[in-house]
Amino acid sequence: MPDWKNHVRAAVAHLNLDPGREESIVEELAEHLDDQYVELVRSGVSEAAAYRKVLEDLNKRKLGVELRPLFQSEPLAIAPGAGHQRGFLTGLGKDLRLGVRLLRLNPAFAIVAILSLALGIGANTAIFELIDTVVLRTLPVPAPERLAELRLIHDGRIGSSVARQHEVSSAMWEQLQRQQRSFSSVAAWSSERFNLGNGGEARYADGLWVSDGFFDTLQVRPTLGRLFSTSDDYKGCNTQGIAISYAFWQGELGGREDVLGRSLSLNGRSFPIIGVTSRIFSGLEVGRKFDVALPLCMEPVMHAEDAWTNGSTTWWLAVIGRLRPEFTFERASAQLASVSPGIFAATLPMEYDEVARRNYLRFRFRALPAATGVSDLRNDYEYPLWLLLAISAVVLLIACANMANLLLARASVRQHEMALRMAIGASRPRLVRQLLVESLLLATAGAVLGGVLAHALCKALIAAIGTGQDRVFLSLSVDWRLLAFTAGLAALTCLVFGVAPAFHAANTEPGAVVKTSARGLTGGRQRLLFRRGLIVSQMAFSLVLVITALFFVRTFRNLVSVDTGFRQDHILVADFDLSPLKLPVQSRLEYKRDLMAQVRTTPGVVSAAETAIVPLSGNGWNDFIDIPGTDLQRKLANFSEVSSDYFRTLGVPMLAGRDFNGSDTLKSPGVAIVNLAFANAYLGGGDSLGKAFGVRQDGGKPDKPYRVIGVVGNTKYGNLREPFGPIVFVAGSQDAATDLDSTVMIRSNEDLASLIPSLRMVAAKNNPRIVLNFSVLRTSIRRGLRRESLMAALSGAYGALAAVLSIVGLYGILSYTVTRRTSEIGIRMALGASRNRILGMIVQDALTMLGVGVALGTVLAIAAGRAVQTILFGLKPTDPLSLGLAITGMTVVALAASLIPALRAAAVQPIQTLREE
Amino acid sequence: MVTQVFERELRKGSAGLLILSLIERRPRHGYEISRLIEDRSDGALKFNVASFYPLLYRLEKRGFIEGHWVEKAGQRRRRYYRLTAQGRKTLKAQRSSWLDFVNAINRITGAEHA
Repeated sequence: MPDWKNHVRAAVAHLNLDPGREESIVEELAEHLDDQYVELVRSGVSEAAAYRKVLEDLNKRKLGVELRPLFQSEPLAIAPGAGHQRGFLTGLGKDLRLGVRLLRLNPAFAIVAILSLALGIGANTAIFELIDTVVLRTLPVPAPERLAELRLIHDGRIGSSVARQHEVSSAMWEQLQRQQRSFSSVAAWSSERFNLGNGGEARYADGLWVSDGFFDTLQVRPTLGRLFSTSDDYKGCNTQGIAISYAFWQGELGGREDVLGRSLSLNGRSFPIIGVTSRIFSGLEVGRKFDVALPLCMEPVMHAEDAWTNGSTTWWLAVIGRLRPEFTFERASAQLASVSPGIFAATLPMEYDEVARRNYLRFRFRALPAATGVSDLRNDYEYPLWLLLAISAVVLLIACANMANLLLARASVRQHEMALRMAIGASRPRLVRQLLVESLLLATAGAVLGGVLAHALCKALIAAIGTGQDRVFLSLSVDWRLLAFTAGLAALTCLVFGVAPAFHAANTEPGAVVKTSARGLTGGRQRLLFRRGLIVSQMAFSLVLVITALFFVRTFRNLVSVDTGFRQDHILVADFDLSPLKLPVQSRLEYKRDLMAQVRTTPGVVSAAETAIVPLSGNGWNDFIDIPGTDLQRKLANFSEVSSDYFRTLGVPMLAGRDFNGSDTLKSPGVAIVNLAFANAYLGGGDSLGKAFGVRQDGGKPDKPYRVIGVVGNTKYGNLREPFGPIVFVAGSQDAATDLDSTVMIRSNEDLASLIPSLRMVAAKNNPRIVLNFSVLRTSIRRGLRRESLMAALSGAYGALAAVLSIVGLYGILSYTVTRRTSEIGIRMALGASRNRILGMIVQDALTMLGVGVALGTVLAIAAGRAVQTILFGLKPTDPLSLGLAITGMTVVALAASLIPALRAAAVQPIQTLREE
Repeated sequence: MVTQVFERELRKGSAGLLILSLIERRPRHGYEISRLIEDRSDGALKFNVASFYPLLYRLEKRGFIEGHWVEKAGQRRRRYYRLTAQGRKTLKAQRSSWLDFVNAINRITGAEHA
């Protein structure tokens, strides 16, 4: 029988018909010709003559001419995929439209896919946005890469620091300015908060002390007026003009043009405003802004007797410089190292003892890149942020694995579609492209939604990092790095989850597939193994994240519940700043005593005491002590100066001896109360009462003698992680040089906020110019744990997300397996397998995957735990509780997830499935 | 020559009516329709493949007929055409105008012969 199809196809080929339509016409006409031929042959015509006759009747040319007007304007229904003929990019728009249509047809799939990708991408982008802002972004000044921080390199801390940067003393700064040769300009700066109000509760502005060349070094220009020059900053200056930041000008002063020359009150003094800095510059410190800048020379005016400028051991200035064009950081460091001995010899504090002098003379200066500014925030958060980025990357990987699994399942379902497309002429590359375009659509939608989520999450994170008075100022702006990161993530996820399914789906034999029934099409053992592999790795990785999250949650819990040795609840900390009162030294003690008496009699106050150091506030004071008659010399101990009732207020047990009282005066011999750790370490344990020790004094003066009158329980001093250390409490009533600040710890059983108005009245009654500041002890201590709480919350959320994603994945593959094996299960049941056996078979399948995943995940989690051991507290990376909880939790949830498909498998009706077959 | 052209035009004009009439009672496939036209006209009317199917597709495109593939046990599948509602209306109208036309022709040509 002649093949008429080829003849017909040749006749219609040039019409470029829709492939489906073309195939239909070819078939129909070929059948007609067939019938005609058979009839001719039957009627006695020879085969050859019949063949000629039929071909003649077909009249190819005429057929083409007649059909052309009929099909000329008919649109193509599906992408033909004739990629090899028209270039790979042809019809991309059509692929996109088809992709959108397919996703709209299957909204459940689209929503699950886009949402899981959005969560994965959003989690990553949020963390990256923070890293970008805190770690990577350079200062908004010209050529920031030429800026250097001139840092003091030393091995032990001596001297007292009063600013966050604590780099150099005024004397060092003067020498450094004179002797450095590597920088075209250098500048010193420090930060301090100033009270804008006059009495009452304090309202603070963030201030910068800056040397005259500060803004020139950074090349920051004024928006209004002028910035500092040498005429503003000179030794012995009096009240000078100040500069304000653009944000402060806009926010606090309403952006008024006539602001120049107006006065601003800082700590009760008035200063004229001479200029406003440029809009984009908000200071050198990432995470902090500045409101006002003051010339360095005014510091002694502001602080009077306590001036930092005059203290040879007060390190309060940070130094920044702009490299000369011919200098590198190494060359600058070498030059600084060569002048360092001279600088330190010239500034050696006379009061240092022998050991301290030797240390001091070993100090060196070094030039470090400062393009990204300086930041405590960065020091604290850089490592946790990178860690969180790694965690969120794993979440994204799990989301991608889920997507790959979803798409693989979809690919199996769509094999018919693919086969059909191929049968009507689509090339494999075109099919792969179509599938990749669909994945790209998902990834893009996920990335856009993720970006929005990320921005919101990032804002929330910043709010979580800084709380209350300690606010963090980070300007979140979308820059090229962030956009590139998000776009890169979208492309990467698309590649990771899209490529394998696309190739699987396109790797279809058209003929074989069209003939087979849908359920028989599963893509074989290899593909299923691949999908199981994905599930196992998902299980493993999510277990790692869950365990890591438990590590951080338990670390946070351990820190919160750690025994501090003192009561944290119901304690209000009130700071009375008496400096505006300008009290003479000799009347201060009495004034403070009266104030304390009034505070104690305020309604609602159970007890109150003054202290120099609020425990766990980050403030501290240490000194060297000598124990006479022993070899315990120059031992370091922490100190605090407290009033009577301090231990009662904080609930610290008095183990022996007595509290400070009225008999401890300026005239009576020095007395001290020590904690148990001190008594054990330096006083030989046992009965320490009456024992003596001396505190080293500066300038070679003899030790200041103290006698122990009481021993109290151990308390935490600097931070929660450190073990109990030796602490000495001295009596505030014996401090002749007491300062103009009184910090009072108040215990009350009432709502602490309700105490504040009465305390404000007490202060106002004494003197309306007293500046007040309140905080709640427990809140302040919690604030010190915000890094840990952030890690716990975020890793917990990410761990939960990862677990949910992988459980959904497990459920998906089990459901898919059950559907695929329905007929097999039917046959098994027909052959006598019980429902329980079928149930067991599916659950066992789940357990096998879970088992391998858990084993792998545990090993990985222990390795991860070792990597983060430094920030864990109170547990080891092999912590059995965390591991056990995570594994049990995962197992229970995985079993629950496998039960639904297992029950469905057990409910299979053998007769029905066999009939379907 | 004049006769040939006239016959072709006549066939073309009436072919649609023939096809619609043949599937009025039941759906038929293309070959069956073309055979029926040839048989019932005793060979006077005959369409070749190149003109018959374009005609069929044009009727389908206009919405008068509707083709669909039918599979029957033991046979290869066939594309069957059936009349649509619109086709039915058209058939009715065409049939009556055809009758009017034939009557008119008959009256004229018959009068000459009579």
